Amino acid sequence: MAVARKVDPAALARLDELTLPEGGGWLRAAREDAVQRLRVSGLPQRRDEYWKYTDPTSLTAAEPPSAALFEAGEVPLFAGEGPLRAVFVDGRFDADRSDDLTAEGVEIVRLDDAAQADIHWARDLYGRLEAAGQVPVPRPLATLNSALATDGVALRVTGRVARPIALVYLRADEGADAILHHLVKVEEGAEVTLLETGPGAARLNTVLEADVAAGGKLHHVRTQGRDHQRRMNTHVFARLGAESVFKTFTLSVNGRLTRNETVVEFTGDDAVAHLAGAAVGDGEFHHDDTVFVTHDALNCESRQVFKKVLRNGAVGVFQGKILVRQGAQKTDGYQLSQSLLLDDDSQFLAKPELEIYADDVACSHGSTSGAIDDTALFYLRSRGVPDADAKDLLVLAFLAEAIAEIEDADIAADLVARLEAWLRRRRD
Amino acid sequence: MLEIKNLHVKLEEEDKQILKGVDLTVEAGKVHAIMGPNGSGKSTLSYVLSGRDGYEVTEGSATLDGDDILEMEPEERAAAGMFLAFQYPVEIPGVGNMTFLRTALNAQRKARGEPEVSAADFLKLIREKAKELKIDAEMLKRPVNVGFSGGEKKRNEILQMAVLEPRMCILDETDSGLDVDAMKLVADGVNALRDSGRGFLVITHYQRLLDHIVPDVVHIMANGRIVKTGGADLALEVEKNGYADLLSEEA
Repeated sequence: MAVARKVDPAALARLDELTLPEGGGWLRAAREDAVQRLRVSGLPQRRDEYWKYTDPTSLTAAEPPSAALFEAGEVPLFAGEGPLRAVFVDGRFDADRSDDLTAEGVEIVRLDDAAQADIHWARDLYGRLEAAGQVPVPRPLATLNSALATDGVALRVTGRVARPIALVYLRADEGADAILHHLVKVEEGAEVTLLETGPGAARLNTVLEADVAAGGKLHHVRTQGRDHQRRMNTHVFARLGAESVFKTFTLSVNGRLTRNETVVEFTGDDAVAHLAGAAVGDGEFHHDDTVFVTHDALNCESRQVFKKVLRNGAVGVFQGKILVRQGAQKTDGYQLSQSLLLDDDSQFLAKPELEIYADDVACSHGSTSGAIDDTALFYLRSRGVPDADAKDLLVLAFLAEAIAEIEDADIAADLVARLEAWLRRRRD
Repeated sequence: MLEIKNLHVKLEEEDKQILKGVDLTVEAGKVHAIMGPNGSGKSTLSYVLSGRDGYEVTEGSATLDGDDILEMEPEERAAAGMFLAFQYPVEIPGVGNMTFLRTALNAQRKARGEPEVSAADFLKLIREKAKELKIDAEMLKRPVNVGFSGGEKKRNEILQMAVLEPRMCILDETDSGLDVDAMKLVADGVNALRDSGRGFLVITHYQRLLDHIVPDVVHIMANGRIVKTGGADLALEVEKNGYADLLSEEA
């Protein structure tokens, strides 16, 4: 339930100091509306139940802690001829590095350009799903994003888009703070693959509002870079029409702090949403997957598969909820959150929740935390697989169920190769 | 080939002696069977030889062609030619059967300084071996032992043995949980591997399996030691009279 709460005076003072980005046409009104909503919600605080496991201080502070730039020394993901690339450096669109953003079946415009047109579909989406997603749990960092986002793209998908569209987030400055807000509207029967990759800034706040109409399909695959010190909080808000399909997968490797919130609402019958993630962390690593799925239609399927591999004191958090409203019969809800702890110092904090008001549904959830299975390890070694290889094989096997949620086999294979490399770099 | 001398083994966690002086030599080209009642130490012997954690050797030795295997890691023992067919083959979700076997084969070859087997050659090899054991292609694609029936798991063990071509094979109650047809299939698989350069140690409760895999030597194990050794007919005697008679006779 959204309850009026006492807003921290320091947060209010911070809100007073906010300077909204210049210009923006109708965007200005949407930003001001977001600021007003922030005045009621305040900013997240450690004492908030929803932030019990993740300290939001560095995400809400006026300035981001600086983060060393990281040279990965590998071929960037989603490079090559395949995807159509829109490149952002420290949160600013970089036309020179981007492809010509035209493709069959999709209109792509920058947010600023969309805001110049009085009549534009983006106007009816910007901040709308974000605002709707504030109930029953406030998500003030998303509201902050709606108020302050300086860049982003608006994608309207009208057909089957052959090339994936990749949003590439590069870094140039160790102290950059970036806020990006993207809109995706998938029209009836249309289909697109949206990729996001890279750390983006020392501190990156992204919101993706996705409205998928009847029969539409949105495939979303995201990777969050390898920078060790970067901080990131993301929100994906998806509204799903009848018989639509939404699949999202996030690979998180390293990162000082990550909070990925995914908020899905089924508004039409017979739709499908698969939300998955694989996170691997070593040492100074705190990764939080927070998911809220609302079933408000008949016969919809939601599936959450989140896996984390943690070592050297890394911390994983999962907060996942399935809410089945009255009348949302034949709901099929599934939620799995698991961690593999590679030592005794690492920690997994999970809060799985089901709240069901319909009587003809199938919902299940499971959450586990464990070490590498000694019996399986011995079995592999007894067949001649060396200890280190056998352990890596078992770690990848643990993640396989999440990876399997990626629709595109080539992308999945590429991500597995990167995970293998990550593990290999960590051999004793 | 495999030479076990005065082997004493206790559990690491508790002060419990399981093996109390086992002496056993398996020659190349021979099949030795070990029979014995529950708790006699048969499975412990197989685990200690393959290098499972949790056991401590307090006395004695075990060598393969003169090399001390007890000092080796499990993967080194495998590369040296040891193979244990598990009583309870392990399910490994997320690891494909083919990937597993190819990784294992190439790891062993690499350890021995041999060239790796190419993907194409491996495919050819495994298809041929799988066919002999009536293992279908679908089973090869599935994760290791996941959703396999008891019989399929045991056949998969023999398939691994056929592909890895170890010199010393230990079969730990490979007959348990098998119906007659499955046992015949498994036994045929083992018999196909019998040759002059390979030794077998077949651990079993019952004589049934030994009808199909006819041993050269049969040992009876009780209370952590080998108490009687004989020919194939010793197994028949156990079948007829049970262990109690034999053991009291020894005492």
